[in-house]
Amino acid sequence: MSNAPRITLPAWIDIGVIPLVNILMALVAAGAVILIIGEDPVQAVQVMIQGAVGYDEGIGYTLYYTTNFIFTGLAVSMAFHAGLFNIGGEGQAYFGGLGIGLAVLAMDGFAPGFLIVPIAIAAGALFGAGWAFIPAYLQAYRGSHIVITTIMFNFIAAALMVYLLAGVMRESGNMSPETREFAAVSFLPFMHEVFAWFGVTITRTPLNLSILWALLCCVFVYVFIWRTRWGYALRTVGQSERAAVYAGISPPRIVLLAMCLSGALAGFVGVNELLGVQHRLLLNFSAGYGFTGIAVALMGRNHPVGIVLASLLFGLLYQGGAELSFEMPTITKEMVVALQGLVILFSGALAYMSRPWVEKVYLLARGGAERRAA
Amino acid sequence: MVETAIELRSISKSFGPVQANRDVSLTVAKGSIHGIIGENGAGKSTLMSILYGFYEADSGEILVRGAPVEIRNSHDAIESGIGMVHQHFMLIDSFTVLENVMLGAESGPLLSESTLAARTELERLEREYGLYVPLDETVGDLPVGQQQRVEILKALYRGADILILDEPTGVLTPQETDQLFEILKALKAQGVTVILITHKLREIMAVTDQVSIMRGGEMVAHRATADTNREELAELMVGRKVRLDLDKAPVAPKAAVLSAEHLGYTDGKGVQRLADINFTVHAGEIVGIAGVSGNGQSELLEVLAGILPPSEGSVSLGPITATPENPGDPEQRRLNGIAHVPEDRHRLGLIGKFSAEETAILGYHNNPAYLSGPLIDRAAVRADCEKMMRDYDVRPPDPVLQSSKFSGGNQQKLILAREMEKNPDILLVGQPTRGVDIGAIEFIHQQIVAMRDAGSAVLLVSVELDEVMSLSDRIIVMCGGRIIGEVAAEEADARMLGLMMTGIPRDKARNPDADIQVGA
Repeated sequence: MSNAPRITLPAWIDIGVIPLVNILMALVAAGAVILIIGEDPVQAVQVMIQGAVGYDEGIGYTLYYTTNFIFTGLAVSMAFHAGLFNIGGEGQAYFGGLGIGLAVLAMDGFAPGFLIVPIAIAAGALFGAGWAFIPAYLQAYRGSHIVITTIMFNFIAAALMVYLLAGVMRESGNMSPETREFAAVSFLPFMHEVFAWFGVTITRTPLNLSILWALLCCVFVYVFIWRTRWGYALRTVGQSERAAVYAGISPPRIVLLAMCLSGALAGFVGVNELLGVQHRLLLNFSAGYGFTGIAVALMGRNHPVGIVLASLLFGLLYQGGAELSFEMPTITKEMVVALQGLVILFSGALAYMSRPWVEKVYLLARGGAERRAA
Repeated sequence: MVETAIELRSISKSFGPVQANRDVSLTVAKGSIHGIIGENGAGKSTLMSILYGFYEADSGEILVRGAPVEIRNSHDAIESGIGMVHQHFMLIDSFTVLENVMLGAESGPLLSESTLAARTELERLEREYGLYVPLDETVGDLPVGQQQRVEILKALYRGADILILDEPTGVLTPQETDQLFEILKALKAQGVTVILITHKLREIMAVTDQVSIMRGGEMVAHRATADTNREELAELMVGRKVRLDLDKAPVAPKAAVLSAEHLGYTDGKGVQRLADINFTVHAGEIVGIAGVSGNGQSELLEVLAGILPPSEGSVSLGPITATPENPGDPEQRRLNGIAHVPEDRHRLGLIGKFSAEETAILGYHNNPAYLSGPLIDRAAVRADCEKMMRDYDVRPPDPVLQSSKFSGGNQQKLILAREMEKNPDILLVGQPTRGVDIGAIEFIHQQIVAMRDAGSAVLLVSVELDEVMSLSDRIIVMCGGRIIGEVAAEEADARMLGLMMTGIPRDKARNPDADIQVGA
């Protein structure tokens, strides 16, 4: 029996100190792994940090990865607030990309950029939402479990895209499974281009205007969830379906709403990847961002601010990790994934492991302060 | 000199900054029934948990039969001869009585030997204490009163001669309660010491020898039951004078606003939960529904509130009529002046993780008063929540505090405020005072009567017979999803209602000496 009342800690400890402690523990564990394979952990951390934030190209890449994580992290959190575990961010991102590709390919011959880009973004949202709608409908009205169906829909999306890109949509004469390049009017400006308009020169990186769209989405998600009645209804369903019914809210409708918004947010990965960087629809552009979004949302406590911070951390890990396996060849790409896994383990699955210790230290410190004051 | 069974000396226990027990001392005489009363959070459960080894005290001593003991876990407690019957039974429904009693006390690797020994011992215990339970029945098939006996047997089988009962009557009918008290008296006659934790003053008066009163983590008084009365106990518990009897103006019913005709409800598994329900409620009266929990009252309330659709018949509530074809929904009910205080406060009435002000708009979040454009008007919500908290004395009056952090009584007052503030024509109330402190009960009852006097039709569902009897103008008794009968409040008494709750029709219940066929 350990139902002793938990004490409430000040917010700065809960959302500041504890995640920091978790990351430190992850670093220690990662350091041990690096020691075992005979490398110097301190040097490895230096390489990672240097690679991720040490120079402007590194920062550009870090923020470019961050953008994707914000979209998928927001997507997972939107569903989570309604009590749904959307594992299908990957497929929804992929399918959203299809929407973007179709919209651009259909219009870039004649329409101007200011028309194509919004329509393509809307198409990405629509396709992402559509791909989430089917599992949502099955959950809401047919009782199929959303975790299972969204996982399956990831596979279906992947298979469908292979079919489309290897055949129907492939540019004739091209050996790669990808469409023709979009017309330049549809490109989102790179950040180095944006900076150049103001006469500032920075290194060329994939970072593009999508990051602003991602930040706008954060604001939208915050306002929607905590400031509108629909968000209120959504959170009510997430907390207690019975209470929602009592309050006259229809849980199935909320399931549809939450999943469609979730899918739409995931679909925006295509905005960054296709409109921003690749400028064509290609195989596997979603590259696991949808899955990492789950960890991002977990770490960010499903709050937009937390998600931005967690996305930065993951962006840093991605970019720093890439740099690390380049600089220290014994630390392979797989090793880097393992290190990222440790961070996810400590700050996601074991997020509350350190809390009792932090609590004790806090109580001791506060007790000491009170004694001194007395 | 009376022998003592248990002596607690200066027990203190705190959880972080919360002091749950402060310097508590208690002496329980051997072979007595000792009551411990106090409001929720007064520290009685913590104290008993310390005695039973769930928690260790920060300081203080425990003496059992005069000798100091250390109780670190429930195993130590059992070794010292202390047994506990929990409010929620710790039984495995699919096991037989015998298997449940043996569980964890098997003597060897082969079950057959233990079974034989256990059966002999249990039969002896049953004879000795008059505690008869069919040993080979599956526990899940027994009525709750019998299940409780299994719990008592379990404790006795483990050699307990000091029994702690935590709110034992919460789930019992009045008749089962009487039987329990008979058993407790028989145990006492055999030298067993009983500690009874309850919040029901009537029970304390009925069965205990001594009573100790706790408030705010401290022991405030000890009394011999014979030297005290309900009023004094209530005052000691709450710390101020409490009125136990309700002042009610005579009823002045007006037009019928709620009427059910042949209403029936069959659940998803095909079980008929409600059958042929007919009744009316008029504006300006309180109609109480009495019944043992699980006899269709909850379903009735939820059908009326629009949560469940009727399967048969119809019910008209003010301007609307709900039928199987056109069941409506809770939002439609609210828009038509029907408010609902749900039975299950925690799962329906509020959302623990929401702030108080968010709970204060549950069900009314589409109300234009709380909206500005697409957004929720937070200032308006805050102001309204503050008003509710003022009018209904919700403490602490903090609109941003998490709903789960309020005490049960304050949660309930907030829910009542939310539902009553809209001046509904029809008020559906379920278990308004379950888990609520005595001080808050008084207030809640007054508010419900005030709603009636203001012309609302009130339908009250409660398993607390006292509550139904003191609040209602008319009482409808349900059993097995049907209405057994209706009694005017003046002519109702606990014995008659108790019999009707087991399915005995009113005329037989009134003359119980005329041959009764139990088991209807």
